[in-house]
Amino acid sequence: MEILVCVKRVPDTSENEIEVNSDGTDIERDDLVYSVNEWDNYAVEEAIQIKDKVGGSVTVVTVGDQESEEVLRREMAMGADNGILLEDDAFEGSDGKGIATILKAAVEKGKYDLILTGAQADDGAAQVGGMLAALLDLPYASLVNSIEIIDDKKLKVGREIEGGNQEMNEIEMPCVLSIQTGINEPRYVGIRGIRKVASVEIPTHGASDLGLGADMVGAGAAKAKRLDYFVPELGEGAEMLEGTTEEKIAKLIELLKAKGGIK
Amino acid sequence: MKAILALIIVAAGVGAFTYVLAMRMAPLFRAAQGPQLDRIGERLFALYHFPHHRMPRPGYADIGYTHISIILSLAVLSIHVLMLIYAGFTGLQMPALDTTIGAGYAIISDIALTVLLAACIFAAVRRGYLKPSRYDVPEQYGKDRSKPWALLLISLLGAIALLDMIFLGSAAVAAQAAGESYRFIAPLTGTWFASILLGGLSASAAGTLNTLIYFILLISIFVFVVLIPFDRLFHMITGPATVFFKKLDKGTVKPVQWGVEDEKVADLESFGVKKFEDFTWKHILDFYSCADCGRCSDQCPANAVGRPLSPRFISIKGRDYAFSHYPLKGAFIKNEALIGDIYEEDEIWSCTTCGACEEECPVTIEYIDKIIDLRRGMVDDGLVPQSLQKPLNALGKRGNPWGKMEKKRAEWTKDLPEDVKIKDLSGGDTSETLYFVDSITSYDDRMAELARATATVLSAAGADTGILGKNEKDSGHEVRRFGEEMLFLELRDHNTEMILESGAKAIVTSDPHALNALKNDYKGLPPVEHISEFVLRNINEKNLVFNPLNDDEKDKIYTFHDPCYLGRHNEIYDAPRAVMDAIPGMKRVDMTKCKDRSFCCGGGGLMLFYEPEEEQRMGVLRVEMAKEAGANVIVTGCPFCLVNMEDAIKVAGLEGQMEAIDLSELIARQIKKG
Repeated sequence: MEILVCVKRVPDTSENEIEVNSDGTDIERDDLVYSVNEWDNYAVEEAIQIKDKVGGSVTVVTVGDQESEEVLRREMAMGADNGILLEDDAFEGSDGKGIATILKAAVEKGKYDLILTGAQADDGAAQVGGMLAALLDLPYASLVNSIEIIDDKKLKVGREIEGGNQEMNEIEMPCVLSIQTGINEPRYVGIRGIRKVASVEIPTHGASDLGLGADMVGAGAAKAKRLDYFVPELGEGAEMLEGTTEEKIAKLIELLKAKGGIK
Repeated sequence: MKAILALIIVAAGVGAFTYVLAMRMAPLFRAAQGPQLDRIGERLFALYHFPHHRMPRPGYADIGYTHISIILSLAVLSIHVLMLIYAGFTGLQMPALDTTIGAGYAIISDIALTVLLAACIFAAVRRGYLKPSRYDVPEQYGKDRSKPWALLLISLLGAIALLDMIFLGSAAVAAQAAGESYRFIAPLTGTWFASILLGGLSASAAGTLNTLIYFILLISIFVFVVLIPFDRLFHMITGPATVFFKKLDKGTVKPVQWGVEDEKVADLESFGVKKFEDFTWKHILDFYSCADCGRCSDQCPANAVGRPLSPRFISIKGRDYAFSHYPLKGAFIKNEALIGDIYEEDEIWSCTTCGACEEECPVTIEYIDKIIDLRRGMVDDGLVPQSLQKPLNALGKRGNPWGKMEKKRAEWTKDLPEDVKIKDLSGGDTSETLYFVDSITSYDDRMAELARATATVLSAAGADTGILGKNEKDSGHEVRRFGEEMLFLELRDHNTEMILESGAKAIVTSDPHALNALKNDYKGLPPVEHISEFVLRNINEKNLVFNPLNDDEKDKIYTFHDPCYLGRHNEIYDAPRAVMDAIPGMKRVDMTKCKDRSFCCGGGGLMLFYEPEEEQRMGVLRVEMAKEAGANVIVTGCPFCLVNMEDAIKVAGLEGQMEAIDLSELIARQIKKG
């Protein structure tokens, strides 16, 4: 099975203290460290596991700059066979649809049975997966937390829906799936693994390679624009429960029930 | 006729033994390279020192001295056995009895035989009826094959001693009945009793018995010899080799591959132990040398709290694997991955590398290096628990497992008292002494108090001290011990460069994990001291003087909990105790398990992030031990111990009755100013 996984380089929320910059247009990026978006990492692991089961290859693709290459290499160290970097100054300022358009062009340059994206990104809006499927006119399932191969044309995919319920679907390939965390346990990628793929060639495609005009991607084509960035005002403080341990427990249960935490 | 029969028995015995031994050695030749043969003098001393010092350690004195008796009597009797075999070819006449030396040796042999029989009887009774619980085989390790083997072997050895007595006794009776003189038999020995009991026999009856017993004895001896490479008895042969080739430097970790420099490690095909032959020949020898005595698991804190790890079975499973995959008959079986076959991921991650097992093993089997090699293999294959992946990634990106900002590493210095002087060397400043803080003490709010206490002590002693600040990264101590060697090497190289650039002449740390890393994992650094050593030195040089404990503190009973990497791995037991005792009014007790028998708090470094399967926390057991010793203040010398002890006091419900404090905090509190 030929699988394409769309990945993104994001500031790692667990390893950064995210602050909004002084003019409110962006976050403070001086001291940030980046990593692969967590959801995308699950998607790549899932793709590798499918490949290990039925054969084929896994390609990882990202829209970004030269620094985005590091996440491609990381995912290749994990077991992806190929990486593709989509880079062009013209891509800058793209909105969700712009990114989906770029990815669509990349998908059409290859021949893939299955396209995976993360359900969302740490710094994103959870929109590219669905848009990409629509632009490609392919079937789509979001928030996928299990994939079972029925045959070379069909998959059975599980989706997590509200309230912890599970839904099972049959979907025809080729298709696009957005992957939820927890679908698997991604393997560890050590420094040694990354060094092994340090010199593998990663092809870069720009706007002209992909046949994309300025009216389709970039800031000019973006119809959704970010207006402001701010930290919401703090709400009320925490409520401290008083009394003996038993009383505190009783009160906590009462509160959880009242707020719908437990049934 | 007798000579032919003897020849057949001897030839069959020697032949079978040689064949089995040769087959057992096969995996050693396919194994990874092992340690170099160096420092022969130290190795010979180890051979003499360890086994008999360790066998009778507290709790094991009965069987320890019994076993020493068996070794000594077997050593004495080794010549006697050769003489017995020789007798098979000279009409069953023991040689050299007419010489003074021969007769004297015969008397010593009589005594040795008696000691041997007595020891075997005691060992068999103990094993069969007293049944010490450490020999139990937990269900998950299959049925108990240990006890039948133990009883068979000890009974066989006892039987050999008894047969020998009857053989010697009947020879004496036959000689006396025939009116010939016989050598002097030491009174009250087994041989002497045999000669008395058989005294009524005629010369011919005694002679027939003598011949019959001789051949039963000879066969028994060779059955015993052939059984040596089949089970725990193998330690008779491989044990001395295991001790001789033991790791001589405590606290160190074996290189990824012996003979490959750190710089070339990155080019290796594979990393760590994935299949059986990735173990070094020394480690396979360790498996063979395990006597299944259970001391390791008896002391193992992971085993004590019900984690899925028992060091004893690391060895036993390894030995069984070698035996089954290198069979005596038929082709060797191709080996697949060990993880998921004989070892489990959780089993290998459960070890805190505290070293209690290694400290106890009478044949000095190495466990930590094997665990680390297996972890290296798992890391290379990506088999790392999710709970450990985040801290490892953060260590790679930010130099600390929480992913905190580098520039905030020196933030703890902001709240230092006015009179405490400490320089941040990241700006190009220099100082005589470098305080290596390490991650947890730099970033954790509670442990930052420990950093401030250490800085206060260093400053009070008049040491010109600096810290690396944002240029310091995690020492990587647990990174290496969790198998991520490449990341460790990066951290080590970075810190080494920063320390050398700082120009400091001495290093002090309050974290034994950092101490062990800088002392034993790093190379070419200025001398490194733990804060307890620094303080003791400054007390002796009269640079530090303590106030007496105040009235609230005076009535408390203090106990020192030895951190594994301060105590067992670096043998610093006395300095922290001497420092505590220098405080006027201090009442200090030791827990039963202290010093080299200290019980791990639960593990430090990355172990804080690992979520083990366990029935209870090591820390809770430790806090209860402190309570049992009558203490109400646990003094530690390690930030991780302090984290675990403070948590454990809460979990054990001992808040208000028990407290934990770091040695540096205690010292800082008691320093007399001015």
